[in-house]
Amino acid sequence: MNTIYILWLRQLKRYFRSKSRIFASLAQPLLFLFAFGYGFSSIFARAGGGNYINFLAPGIISMSVMFTAVFSGIEIIWDKQFGFLKETLVAPVSRFNIMLGRTIGGSTVAFIQGLIVLLITLLVGFRPSLSLLFFALVFMFLLALFFTALGTAIASKLDDMQGFPLIMNFLVMPLFFLSGALFPVAGLPKIFSYIVKLNPLTYAVDGIRGTMNGMHAFSLTLDFFVVVIVAVVCIWIGSLLFRSIEA
Amino acid sequence: MKIIDVKGVSKKFGNFEAVKNISFAVEQGTIFAFLGPNGAGKTTTIKMLTTLLHPTDGSISLNGFDPVHHPEQARHSFGIVFQDPSLDTELTAYENMEFHAVLYGVKSDVYKPRIQELMELVDLWDRKDSLVKDFSGGMKRRLEIARGLLHHPKVLFLDEPTLGLDPQTRNHIWGYIQNLNKKEGLTVFFTTHYMDEADRVANTVSIIDHGKIISSGSPEELKQKTNTKSLEEAFLALTGNEVRHEEASSKDSMRQARRMWQGGNRR
Repeated sequence: MNTIYILWLRQLKRYFRSKSRIFASLAQPLLFLFAFGYGFSSIFARAGGGNYINFLAPGIISMSVMFTAVFSGIEIIWDKQFGFLKETLVAPVSRFNIMLGRTIGGSTVAFIQGLIVLLITLLVGFRPSLSLLFFALVFMFLLALFFTALGTAIASKLDDMQGFPLIMNFLVMPLFFLSGALFPVAGLPKIFSYIVKLNPLTYAVDGIRGTMNGMHAFSLTLDFFVVVIVAVVCIWIGSLLFRSIEA
Repeated sequence: MKIIDVKGVSKKFGNFEAVKNISFAVEQGTIFAFLGPNGAGKTTTIKMLTTLLHPTDGSISLNGFDPVHHPEQARHSFGIVFQDPSLDTELTAYENMEFHAVLYGVKSDVYKPRIQELMELVDLWDRKDSLVKDFSGGMKRRLEIARGLLHHPKVLFLDEPTLGLDPQTRNHIWGYIQNLNKKEGLTVFFTTHYMDEADRVANTVSIIDHGKIISSGSPEELKQKTNTKSLEEAFLALTGNEVRHEEASSKDSMRQARRMWQGGNRR
């Protein structure tokens, strides 16, 4: 328990000490929010979709949680290169606890980042319903767990940051664009809609959006179970891969 | 009692055999120096003893545990100061120490006075709240040594611990370690390129070259065997004068560059 706590604390300290990183990782979601939000809102309204900012904001919050989470997981590569990982790997604690402490710490960081973006969306006119806000936060944290664990799993197999663009362009970006974060899932061409439905991120975004403003395509129970299951599977795979690291 | 017992251990990386069928033992409560030129297989051996690498062949016993099959019990038995930096530079010196104490299950009423004692020993107590990234190379090294001693392990591995430290600090640190060795029966396993250091503190020396152990014994025995006056001469007589080339991965060369840069950036 102490192990998990101290690893969690370390992630938070690192996060709050790098102010530049906090600001830098806000830039991308904000760009998407303004460019898409203002760019498409009139078309979206004319097509009968309603207020686009209301639709888009949960998607942008999901995006910032997801990106920060993947990055927190990938950070293990830095620890490998700067040698700190060895210090944790030779400690007399189970690798599963190390992996869990890191993952929960990284998820907390991603969750906080999501909260900051949520506050910003309020400034540009997003008005979420408050009745299910607690469940929206639960969805955000599960999403964070899912992608931090995924990042950890991938990073366990990589030795340097050279694989990072590959992960961004072939995994993170496609998952994001094919998730319904930016557009409604209903009424997509058939093949495209299958792909979107196979993407676990779709359900996380749907759950966050559904609990924030009632615009959901699937039942919230389905969203919840899909996200819990993929989070658990990613933590499990991540811990197996993390255990096999040789330094 | 043999606290470290290595039997017929080999390690291959692809086609390259870094360690070739080595066997040796370290008695409990002794100070053991593991010497060899660059690239001889010292660090690989330490990594195998400390559960970070799995041997390709052979068996290891550390405090009675096999590092491959019972890594957690083995990890309880030792502390290690690595050859390359292993601090979290975004944390303060004190936070690095505290992190280690919690990870090794040391209780806070034990670790609080001990952290102060150790940080005073390495002359860093007045800098305890500075971020490690602001430290010079030598200061980082001292902090790592203090950290390795924090949980009073049964076996302490030191991989070139005093590289880049001034003689005052080296004497200081060795004095403390020898004291722990006498008082608490701490077994010390260390590598170094300073032969005078090994001559002075080690009870037993093993020399490894090209992945094979070529000679073992007390410093006196090695000097007699080679008919030389100092351990350095004995070492050169046994391993030859040729300069070694070490194959380094990108990771290693990056660390090396980082270390050199820090070394030249002393405050």
